[in-house]
Amino acid sequence: MAEIFGIPAAALYGQLLLGFINGAFYATLSLGLAVIFGLLNIINFTHGAQYMMGAFVGWMLLTYLGIGYWPALVLAPLIVGAVGIVIERTMISRLYKLDHLYGLLLTFGLALIIEGLFRNAYGVSGLAYAIPPQLAGGINLGFMFLPLYRGWVVVASLIVCLATWFMIEKTRLGAYLRAATENPTLVQAFGINVPLLVTLTYGFGVALAGFAGVLAAPIYAVNPMMGSNLIIVVFAVVVIGGMGSILGAIVTGFALGLVEGLTKVFYPEAAATVIFIIMAIVLLVKPAGLFGREV
Amino acid sequence: MSAEAEPVAPAGTALAERTARGKRVHVMIFLGLAAILLVAPGLLYPFFLMKLLCFALFASAFNLLLGYGGLLSFGHAAYFGMASYVSAHAAKVWGFSPELAILTGVLTAAGLGLVFGALAIRRQGIYFAMVTLAFAQMIYFFALQAPFTGGEDGIQAVPRGYMFGVLDLSNTMTLYYVVATIFLLGMLLIYRIVHSPFGQVLKAIRDNEARAVSLGYRTDHYKLAVFVLSATLSGLAGATKAIVVQLASLTDVYWGMSGEVVLMTLLGGMGTIFGPMVGAAIIITMQNYLASLGAWVTVVQGVVFVIAVLMFREGIVGVLAKWLRRSL
Repeated sequence: MAEIFGIPAAALYGQLLLGFINGAFYATLSLGLAVIFGLLNIINFTHGAQYMMGAFVGWMLLTYLGIGYWPALVLAPLIVGAVGIVIERTMISRLYKLDHLYGLLLTFGLALIIEGLFRNAYGVSGLAYAIPPQLAGGINLGFMFLPLYRGWVVVASLIVCLATWFMIEKTRLGAYLRAATENPTLVQAFGINVPLLVTLTYGFGVALAGFAGVLAAPIYAVNPMMGSNLIIVVFAVVVIGGMGSILGAIVTGFALGLVEGLTKVFYPEAAATVIFIIMAIVLLVKPAGLFGREV
Repeated sequence: MSAEAEPVAPAGTALAERTARGKRVHVMIFLGLAAILLVAPGLLYPFFLMKLLCFALFASAFNLLLGYGGLLSFGHAAYFGMASYVSAHAAKVWGFSPELAILTGVLTAAGLGLVFGALAIRRQGIYFAMVTLAFAQMIYFFALQAPFTGGEDGIQAVPRGYMFGVLDLSNTMTLYYVVATIFLLGMLLIYRIVHSPFGQVLKAIRDNEARAVSLGYRTDHYKLAVFVLSATLSGLAGATKAIVVQLASLTDVYWGMSGEVVLMTLLGGMGTIFGPMVGAAIIITMQNYLASLGAWVTVVQGVVFVIAVLMFREGIVGVLAKWLRRSL
């Protein structure tokens, strides 16, 4: 069997693929956080809970209504996004004039409520969600075996990430959004409904989390705590990348997933902590983050 | 938070008088607190009281950073929990006496605070919160994997031993008075820090960092110093808790604990001396009574959090202080 640096090639590729998948989730989630932060100046602590909700809504649609994976991939983000919009309108919008830290505290409290409710209803053991039949099985790439669904996760999140980037950087709506990020008062004076833009942006960022949740459902067991540990790693990713740039968030997400995968091969003990160590180094060398600007 | 805008020059003596009166009130509150601590074990279960005191000290230490330094750390469980682990290990495996075990835990927390604080103060605001949270999560993973922490089981059956070789801590009342003394000394230290020139500069940095810089203060030094002080006192609370409960576990280093201490401080009133202990008393009592409800405790805590942020940002003691027009 072929070996690279004393590691069986198949194991190396396997971990790299896993790292790529984790990276896809980091990228999608940190992208949502960055979009929300850009306009609302709020760190959405509920993001992890909303990702979990995405997975659960997908599971509920299938179990209670018999709605399969593909419609769920569209429906679940819409539902989670709608819940997000309600939260923004009723609660978060009251805090815009205050210190941004209150937004963090509020969304933390909301995350506790959502996770607690799901834990009451479904316990902590995971629920299974079957891989859709079209994506079952895998293909042999010659150097490794690629489970189709895992390949799909990477491709789907890449497409969604790049579409988001395109929408924000290249379209008129994106231009409004970027302008409102710079100077909301002026943009409002031009007759653009900024509060509506803010609400929709929050809904969109939350929908991204819900989408990631549905993607994750067949890979990881659907359970109420699946989001909370992930979101802290995503926070570290955001600190490393800085939230100034959309493309930066995507690149950092995927890159850190790969680094984590590689660490799992060469020094498994550090796999859980490597991202935090990288964060410490980035704080020492470039405190604003790799793609960040000082805020 | 404690912005009493008073004209300085003509009312100088009035201000001095007012401060002296404020001080007398504080002295009276501290004496009252000591009296309550003296008689409380006659009324309430001492074990519950000791746990409450540990968390009250933890929340007050956290408030030193948030309320007076204006820095929101979302990872204070790291210092509390790590001190808890190290003192439990020192007492159980190394056979340290309780005072030495607590000291070892406190020094560990101080060291951690120095390293993480030095890195975290390089970022401001929301990023600061995220950085501290991420470092705490690193400590959590470390505690999960390191051999000495006992993984999911934690360190159980920590011996209490003899404080200074004479005080038998296996006697509940002796232990209670030792814990009460630690708590009071910790609170007095915090009070002293807040009302020292150092504390004044700290409040100036909290209210307007740019101006403090322009006045020639090295704000980073002050921020790091208060971070280390806060981590050290949190460590004192955590180490004492390990001796009281005879257990150090993953709960102590988990992010839920970091959130809990934020909630205690917010509910009681951040930037007040006596607020965090009130918040801690409410949350610990609530947990005690709702323990049978399982995951609903989390939901209730979340609801309290949301209500506190949306409608009650000054906290209980904060509202009281405003009403009495005194800083408490």
